[in-house]
Amino acid sequence: MAEEKNYKIIQPENTEENKFLKPENYKREVTAPDGETFVVDPINDYFCDAKPQPHAPNSIKIVEKFLNWARSESIWVLGYGTGCGSIEIYPLMTPRFDAYRFGVQQRPTPRQSNLLIISGYLSVKTLKRAIRSYEQMPSPKFVMGLGSCTINGGMYWDSYNTINRLDHYMPVDVYIAGCMPRPEALLAGFMELKKRIKDGKGEGANKYAENFDWYKANQKKVIKDWNMPDYNW
Amino acid sequence: MKDIIENIQIKFKISEVTKQRDNQYFITVEKKDAIQVVTYLKDMEKFSNFILLTAVDWIEKGQFQLTYLLSDPILKYDIGVRTYIERENSMMDSAHHLWEHVATFQRELKEMYGIDFPRSPRVDEPFLLEGWDEIPPMRRDFDTKKYSEETYFPRPGRSTNDPAEHMKKKLYPNEKK
Amino acid sequence: MRKNNLFHWTPDRSAFPTIGPDGKPDIDLDSHKLVKIWHGPNHPGVTGNMSLELTISGDEVVESKTHVGYLHRGFEKLYERRTWIQCFPTVVRMCVPESDSNEYNLSAGIEELAGIEIPEMATWIRTLVLEMSRLQALLRIVPAQAGTLGLGLGVQWGVYLRDLILDRFEELTGGRIYHMYMIPGGVRGLLPDGFKDRLEENLKLVDEFALNLKRLMLDNAVFKKRTIGTAYIPPEWVDKYGIVGFVSRAAGVMKDVRKDYPYLAYDQLDFEPAMSTDSDIYARTWIRWQDMISSVDLLRQIMAKMPTKGEFKAPTPNVLHWEVPKGEVYVRSESTRGEYGFYIVSDGTKYPRRINLRGPSYTHAVSLLEKMLVNANISDIAAIMVSLQTCPPEIER
Repeated sequence: MAEEKNYKIIQPENTEENKFLKPENYKREVTAPDGETFVVDPINDYFCDAKPQPHAPNSIKIVEKFLNWARSESIWVLGYGTGCGSIEIYPLMTPRFDAYRFGVQQRPTPRQSNLLIISGYLSVKTLKRAIRSYEQMPSPKFVMGLGSCTINGGMYWDSYNTINRLDHYMPVDVYIAGCMPRPEALLAGFMELKKRIKDGKGEGANKYAENFDWYKANQKKVIKDWNMPDYNW
Repeated sequence: MKDIIENIQIKFKISEVTKQRDNQYFITVEKKDAIQVVTYLKDMEKFSNFILLTAVDWIEKGQFQLTYLLSDPILKYDIGVRTYIERENSMMDSAHHLWEHVATFQRELKEMYGIDFPRSPRVDEPFLLEGWDEIPPMRRDFDTKKYSEETYFPRPGRSTNDPAEHMKKKLYPNEKK
Repeated sequence: MRKNNLFHWTPDRSAFPTIGPDGKPDIDLDSHKLVKIWHGPNHPGVTGNMSLELTISGDEVVESKTHVGYLHRGFEKLYERRTWIQCFPTVVRMCVPESDSNEYNLSAGIEELAGIEIPEMATWIRTLVLEMSRLQALLRIVPAQAGTLGLGLGVQWGVYLRDLILDRFEELTGGRIYHMYMIPGGVRGLLPDGFKDRLEENLKLVDEFALNLKRLMLDNAVFKKRTIGTAYIPPEWVDKYGIVGFVSRAAGVMKDVRKDYPYLAYDQLDFEPAMSTDSDIYARTWIRWQDMISSVDLLRQIMAKMPTKGEFKAPTPNVLHWEVPKGEVYVRSESTRGEYGFYIVSDGTKYPRRINLRGPSYTHAVSLLEKMLVNANISDIAAIMVSLQTCPPEIER
């Protein structure tokens, strides 16, 4: 038995940007227990709308070097298999090509991980979820592109559903070429990433915060039903 | 298997019979008889296994060809039932009351080709694409290379290594085309 | 359903949720009794990149919908722009864990339309490669059934042995995962020297692994308690939902393409697919374990019966300008999941008109899974998905 509803849904107008708005994101008019009515917009009112800020490195140089060494020796990967390449990540976590001795392990949630591996092609539906996961990761964060589909589209270059260049949507640190690259090539990629972080060049999150508008415009051009806030904290 | 086809020919009109192997035949029927032929094959002739339902786009004739593939698990026969429907405002009766998984095939055909199956469950929900507002992509008049070059930023510097062109230049360098 | 007695007690849920007038459960999301969550694409409990939209009450599922489309590449549209021989590198990537069935099906379809007969040596080599591919897929997925319930040791052993078999593939074809070894007319080359001895050494390790896996997983009391009696499929659903493969063999209905429509060299080999009648998760795991042992036995038979000399490829017209004759055909083969079929239409030009793949996960993961998850516990969802062996890339191509 449903109780009395205390809200009323306002139907949106039929404009170009409201074409793919989902029903749970419509604006609604809520009546508070003491009789006042106000309008609630779920996308803007339930989430924080501040933009990301770039972080300057620590002013004492030797502390920054120590922190960079610590970040590079314990890289935790988000365990999201986005495409073909995720089948060469399982042998990495088993005794033959052991990645645990380098400090690399898989975590299920983006709040506890450092590195996002985009393994192969990205369709438009997965790109929206990958952006959401990337923005939920805490700084400093890195992105690795696996396979030739992230470089120039690979063998799906003329498909209507896969993107061609990954670095127009996310800042990428290391690319690994191949289709599929061997697990030894993946380990060499991890070594290269560690060297970059120790030299102080792992600045992907700052680059994203500085060019935020350009990245957002590219993403919104491709993903037509946005249905989420602009930056997912 | 010829006796099964003769039994169908008594009741319905078949315009073409193709034999692919000893146990695989393809027949062509009219649009209004198609679902009745499939029901007849399921109930009377024991073709109880439904394999697939696809569409082929014959744009030169202005028609879609729908194919229903059925198989008999006891006698090991396959039969394919073909019909032709028109390309503009295409609609076909739904067969979801016969088997449960036909509804999934019909959802995909509505999204990819634009063929409507009224009263099929969940046929208007998007199945594979999200946020798509162009013409249905599997039609032959949709140019996928042009769409990809305009929407997704291609990396410059791509060259093609077509082996036919390479051999032609090597063997016949003086030929003009 | 288990009977309630002193040692097994399951609460009686037959009165809840209430059923509405059209036979479907009565769902009112405003009533604060039901919650809608996404068992989403970024999840360690789904086999691949697909998501389930669940409506739950407590920790029991009331309704579920499957959402696919995260891996859609538009293969069938790409084939309109590729010639027949250019299709092979892309068609291999349609089903990622087991890529040899794709290239066998496309080669067999083109050979049937063009009327080409392959030589005997090529038949035996193709059978060897298909059985090796079944073995490496089973070595990854059979221990993963225990991995969904928390026991990860079998997966570590199994993936290591799978790496050894992938080494044999690399020696034979040049690549670990995607081979592109079978082309219309035959195969690309003969077996290298010493290949059979090295494969025999790997098979001895797999024998030992199968016995250890039985002690670890199939005789384990916790595994038995969680899987016996869960997710039952009655045999009447086999025709109604289009179930194929080991799932229908566990329900008592025999379906195996290698026996029903024999292809390649399978009619000269001696094997019996395993069957069972109680179709719960334990029976399906036991059947796949038996399939693994039977694959090892088949590989030894093939290596003993194979001829030592012969042609490996029949002559074909120039593949750059090949125009396959007009026609349509449906070819099928057996993958670990069930019957895997290609429907090919050719109109006599250099480009194919339509190549459609019909994989077993098209029905297992969309209509059957939605029906089986009703009244299941949330902690059993991952176990049910691995027991049906759903593979998202072949649903949405």
